[in-house]
Amino acid sequence: MADVAPVVELVGVGRTFPGPPEVRALQDIDLVIPRGDYVSILGPSGSGKSTLLNLLGLLDRPTAGAFRLDGIDTSSLPEHRRAFLRGSRIGFVFQSFHLLNHRSIEENVELALLYSGVRPTQRRQRAAAALERVGLGHRLGFAPLTLSGGERQRVAIARAVVNRPSLLLADEPTGNLDDATTAQILDLFDELHAEGLTLAVTTHDADVARRAHRPVRIRDGRIEPIVAADPGIERP
Amino acid sequence: MRRGARRLDGRAHLRLGDLLSEAGAALTARPARTLLTAMGTVLGVAALVATLGLARTAGTQIVTRFDELAATSVQVRPAGQGGFAGADTTVRSSIPWDAGDRLARLNGVRSAGTYTALGTKASRTVPLVDPTGRDVVQLPVVAVSGGTFDAVRARVRTGRFFDDGHNVRRDPVAVLGPAAAQRLNVTRVDQGPVVFVDERPLIIVGILDGVVRQPELLGAVIIPDGIARTRFGLRAPAEVQVDVAVGAAELIGSQAALALDPNQPERLRVAVPRSPRGVQEQVQADVNGLFVVLGAISLLIGAIGIANITLVSVLERVGEIGLRRAVGAARRHVAAQFLVESAAVGLLGGIIGASGGVLTVVAVSAARGWTPVLDPWLPLAAPLSGLAIGLLAGAYPAWKATAIEPITALRQGT
Ligand SMILES: Nc1ncnc2c1ncn2[C@@H]1O[C@H](COP(=O)(O)OP(=O)(O)OP(=O)(O)O)[C@@H](O)[C@H]1O
Ligand SMILES: [Mg+2]
Repeated sequence: MADVAPVVELVGVGRTFPGPPEVRALQDIDLVIPRGDYVSILGPSGSGKSTLLNLLGLLDRPTAGAFRLDGIDTSSLPEHRRAFLRGSRIGFVFQSFHLLNHRSIEENVELALLYSGVRPTQRRQRAAAALERVGLGHRLGFAPLTLSGGERQRVAIARAVVNRPSLLLADEPTGNLDDATTAQILDLFDELHAEGLTLAVTTHDADVARRAHRPVRIRDGRIEPIVAADPGIERP
Repeated sequence: MRRGARRLDGRAHLRLGDLLSEAGAALTARPARTLLTAMGTVLGVAALVATLGLARTAGTQIVTRFDELAATSVQVRPAGQGGFAGADTTVRSSIPWDAGDRLARLNGVRSAGTYTALGTKASRTVPLVDPTGRDVVQLPVVAVSGGTFDAVRARVRTGRFFDDGHNVRRDPVAVLGPAAAQRLNVTRVDQGPVVFVDERPLIIVGILDGVVRQPELLGAVIIPDGIARTRFGLRAPAEVQVDVAVGAAELIGSQAALALDPNQPERLRVAVPRSPRGVQEQVQADVNGLFVVLGAISLLIGAIGIANITLVSVLERVGEIGLRRAVGAARRHVAAQFLVESAAVGLLGGIIGASGGVLTVVAVSAARGWTPVLDPWLPLAAPLSGLAIGLLAGAYPAWKATAIEPITALRQGT
């Protein structure tokens, strides 16, 4: 396994929004996420968590530095190639779920397989299996609006893992959920991590961050030096 | 298990069937909006199909009638003379008295006869003159030869037509048109009633029921050329009416003048009906020109409607666009989806519109007793034109959708 490239390798990455006014949302980010890691990206509002996650998800391009995903240098890739990598190697979970309300939950999950040419029958089987995996096997055929917030986020997680991604990215996945539901979602992340999935989860909630394998603290667009057994995280 | 062996050069791709079903799902999610969006195209296509169909149908009806009446009608008149020679006996035409017989010998002529309007004359049937003149009516008098009745396809109601015998003997006889008979109060001819024209008696031998050509005969006193020469100084017939077989008009047109005036055929002018094709095309062109413009305008409005609603729906579905990009859709997949949606709306409008247009043609035809006629390509071309309009209208919104960056989309949309 030593020769296997890390899932994420950021070298000197910066992201500046041209404005005006110009906003330096990220500066000099060096970050390596090995396969099977579970990192939380923790920081106050406006620190650049979402910007970083969007870069990791190939939804945005850095204005400085290099980003290698599974060893592939992504900065030189044309947009359609990046779209393919998004569809095949990355799963997204958003704070506001982003489900299509007019479609059943299976159709929402199938959407993640639509643009990689998986055949419809196989799509349906994999979507059902993914929903089963997140504990929604009994809700097949339901419309998203008939589900609770926690159930909707589990549909989104099923959609994010159905393409068996290299990396699951979750931006404030529990931001809209109460404590009990948050705990269920975090348990699900633990299980997925235990099955070998690599996760990066942003949060400004220390409790959520504590569930991760490794915290990455970010402030004003820069990663703060990692301090082992940071008391601010381990014990408030 | 998860990674490693995957192709690096892979491209996102979308199956055609999936593209269609995604577009279908989006359109059926808001059925009322989809139908309303298609409405402009429905009206435009319906207007065009109805217009083209009705023009074709009406054109065909006109040609059918034209065939029966006009296409078999040929007239010969002196050259340089627009209308009838009338009773203007100072101008002598070169048409001979036996013009009808001469033309009837030509192959393709069914019947022929001379025709001269002699103007209006005071006419009465009552022998004693009423001082107030109530019984005297002014009636047009027309001199014809025996073959003319067939040439104008006259039908007799009572009595008989006069013939060439009466003509040659210069018998003082007359046939009344039905309107003339009514004004003169003549209903029967078996007692040999007399009509006084310019105070001189003519024996009424028959009353017309109707004619197919020369409807002025319905109100006229019709007399033989012979008595017209004696009484009214007619020196030559003003024109010849010829009834020809279908398709023979052109041929007779080239032969008639020579048959009537072999020495100087150029002194006669032969009026031949225009060809039915030409008439049909002209009618269609007249109707089409106007309404096709209206139909095209409604289509344009339909296209603008689709473009407008598709643009609104792109803005509404920014979140969905961001999501699709996040799960691997390339820009062209987003563009393709909106194009397919607008094309489907256009096609739907085209299909409904074409059906409406065809129904209109059938309904109008039924009301008028016409045979509905449609160009076979029309019911096919109409939905396709709707499709084309949808594609055209979707181009700009689809392009707008591709310009939306996924991060902006995901930030905005819910
Ligand atoms: N498209 C943009 N244009 C200009 N500035 C931007 C844009 N996106 C983000 N920013 C700025 O970059 C900085 C970081 O934003 P980001 O959304 O990454 O913060 P965050 O850590 O996710 O905050 P929160 O916890 O509130 O979600 C902010 O100051 C924000 O205003
Ligand atoms: Mg954020």
